[in-house]
Amino acid sequence: MRFLHFVVDYLKAGFTGGILFWLWMLFLLFFIMLWGYGEYIQIVNGMIVTNLNDQVTWGFYLANFVFMVGVAAAAVTVVFPAYVYKHKELHRVVVLGEMIAIAAVVMCLLFVIAHMGRPDRLWHILPVIGIFNFPHAMLTWDVIVLNGYLLLNIIGGYYYLYTKYSGGEINKSFYLPVVYIAIVWALSIHTVTAFLINTMPARPMWFHSMMPIKFITTAFAAGPSLIIVVFLLVRRFTPMKIADEVFHLLSQIVVWCLGIALFLTMSEIVTELYPSTEHSLGLQYLMFGHNGLDRLVPFFWTALSLMVGSFILLLIPSIRKNLKLLPFICIAAFVGIWIEKGMGLMLPGVIPTPIGEFAEYTPSQIELMVVGGIWAIGFFLLTFMLKGAVAVLQGEVRYRSKTSEPAVSKQQAEAAT
Amino acid sequence: MPKQDSSKTKDNKLTSRRDFLRSAGNYTVASLSGAAMLLSDPKPAKANVTWEEHFQKNYRLMTDEEKQQAIERLETRYTEEYGKPVTVDGSPSMEGVLFGYALNIQKCIGCRRCVKACVAENNQSRGDEQQIEWIRVLRMEKGKFSEADRDQHGYPESFGVQVGGNAYKPAGVVLEGQHYYEPDQVPEKDAFYFPMQCMQCEKPPCVKVCPVRTTYRDPDGIVVIDYNWCIGCRMCIGACPYWARRFNWGEPNLPKEEMNPVTHYLGNRPRMKGVVEKCSFCVQRTRKGRWTACVEVCPVGARKFGNLLDPNSEIRKVLAKKKVFRLRADLNTYPKFFYYMD
Repeated sequence: MRFLHFVVDYLKAGFTGGILFWLWMLFLLFFIMLWGYGEYIQIVNGMIVTNLNDQVTWGFYLANFVFMVGVAAAAVTVVFPAYVYKHKELHRVVVLGEMIAIAAVVMCLLFVIAHMGRPDRLWHILPVIGIFNFPHAMLTWDVIVLNGYLLLNIIGGYYYLYTKYSGGEINKSFYLPVVYIAIVWALSIHTVTAFLINTMPARPMWFHSMMPIKFITTAFAAGPSLIIVVFLLVRRFTPMKIADEVFHLLSQIVVWCLGIALFLTMSEIVTELYPSTEHSLGLQYLMFGHNGLDRLVPFFWTALSLMVGSFILLLIPSIRKNLKLLPFICIAAFVGIWIEKGMGLMLPGVIPTPIGEFAEYTPSQIELMVVGGIWAIGFFLLTFMLKGAVAVLQGEVRYRSKTSEPAVSKQQAEAAT
Repeated sequence: MPKQDSSKTKDNKLTSRRDFLRSAGNYTVASLSGAAMLLSDPKPAKANVTWEEHFQKNYRLMTDEEKQQAIERLETRYTEEYGKPVTVDGSPSMEGVLFGYALNIQKCIGCRRCVKACVAENNQSRGDEQQIEWIRVLRMEKGKFSEADRDQHGYPESFGVQVGGNAYKPAGVVLEGQHYYEPDQVPEKDAFYFPMQCMQCEKPPCVKVCPVRTTYRDPDGIVVIDYNWCIGCRMCIGACPYWARRFNWGEPNLPKEEMNPVTHYLGNRPRMKGVVEKCSFCVQRTRKGRWTACVEVCPVGARKFGNLLDPNSEIRKVLAKKKVFRLRADLNTYPKFFYYMD
């Protein structure tokens, strides 16, 4: 009963806001409608409405999937210092980090469904009623870690919020194990996603053991960049107080992970281009084009400049600690990594094909609609969840028993004093 | 006039009621996409995927009885859809058989009759919108050294550190060869040909990565696909080093009159959109003791097929006496598709 109240109050708090809030939500709803339309067209006509083809079978959907898995995993950059290093200020905002993770995983699942040729047969992969090719197929590992991570964050985040809401004490012997498992689990989601694509010698661009660590470093640069921007927005638009210290710590994580990521990128480029075997053709195509096919080239160099530029800027303490400049640098890093790790990773993996054919690819309008819509769904969910969470954390929304329950009202009285 | 009109409406009502009853009898499709398909589909009700078909098990795990039912369902559906009696065979592997294939690259003249025969036999989608071919013939330029063709007198790419010249022209669409050649006549003087198709690996990477085990290796060594179980994730396409797998991006276009009605469940039966397909060594033929369509049609006898476990088979003789190699042996996929020279 109390839980039902929680759900209703949370929904109410999540969907209360001024004109700016509703404009933002309507703006997102517009793109969500485009997503619905795009998915409908794709389901009715098949994936022929995308620009994917026999040569380029993986594209925009999976590129965004890979990137978002990283963002989801990056919630750990908030959780880890809060619980392992007992960082007080981060501890206050852990739940917000978990909300970002939930939204990101939901987006991942939607990207996968968009990528599937037969989403109506999704049940085939469910254990018991379908066939779950575990442990052989890497994709089944990904299914486990992603859904597990979603569950852990929902349990961790909403158990905390519900306890706050009802004015009780956190049961540490239940909550802390969930948190610590979620920390390790966060690393697993991105590691497994890297294994998903780097275990295929047919695709030499991906076939190197550096993939998991590169995924994790880029994720821990892009993720906290987004978290910084979101937290700054939360601080600006809600009564929630987030200490400057939080941003300083997160921006340090961004700068070091970005640095390592750039180092790994450099290692990859040298390793591939020095001998320049046929296996490096994907990377060469990405960086310089191939016989005039150079659609990816500007994207690669833009991404690299954004990453290098934001790294250098963030190295300078006075700029890194300037919270007016920081969000713009963070957005630059985020976009850079989105290009580098999204299309910049996915496409040179499939171009050239295993027999060496080069075919260029740009997403179709339907693909753009679907991907844009999924991003809108992510932001829609995130906005609503954050608003609800902030209201609970601030104590604006709490359980008020309608039938007099002495135990609860006592607790409430305690909490009030 | 009014009379005619009323009779028309009555007729319409009758047909629609009949349709309704028929589809209700079949529990026609309840899934999201199924429903969408149903709404947009002008096909007669029997030609639609039934509820039972949609929720059937993976073929390999079906009991014999369930397999029979699945096959009958398909026969009814295909017969209705293509307007001629269609048979769906479910023959399992034969004991003591391991199929192997050998291709003489010295003899191949690049005529691509195999490609055409394969498409006709195996009911691939055809037409401009979606053309699926399971065999690709690469046109390889013959090795020659001409001073004029040297590119920058070094490695073809300017940023490479290797020097020493390259005897070939700069790579075209495909690295060493290409499969879009349109000559007036084959064989061309300055080329040889290299056909590729599914290698039916003994250790197939595609099978390993399939999350739902819809593609698997049957005991006779053929890597097959249950099209009804495939979720269209295309992991197998990513994992295949031979570019052998094809995806039905849209609803396949298979004209009624061109449809080959002798089919196998795991082979050439008509596919649906959103699933992967590939060469099945013409399972509908070879499990009945026939040659594959490509072997049968090859005008120069470059293609050999047989049982690797039979010491007297032609394929074994080829392996014993010819200069044989396999493609990308470094990947340990153990293809059962061999290339050889006399």
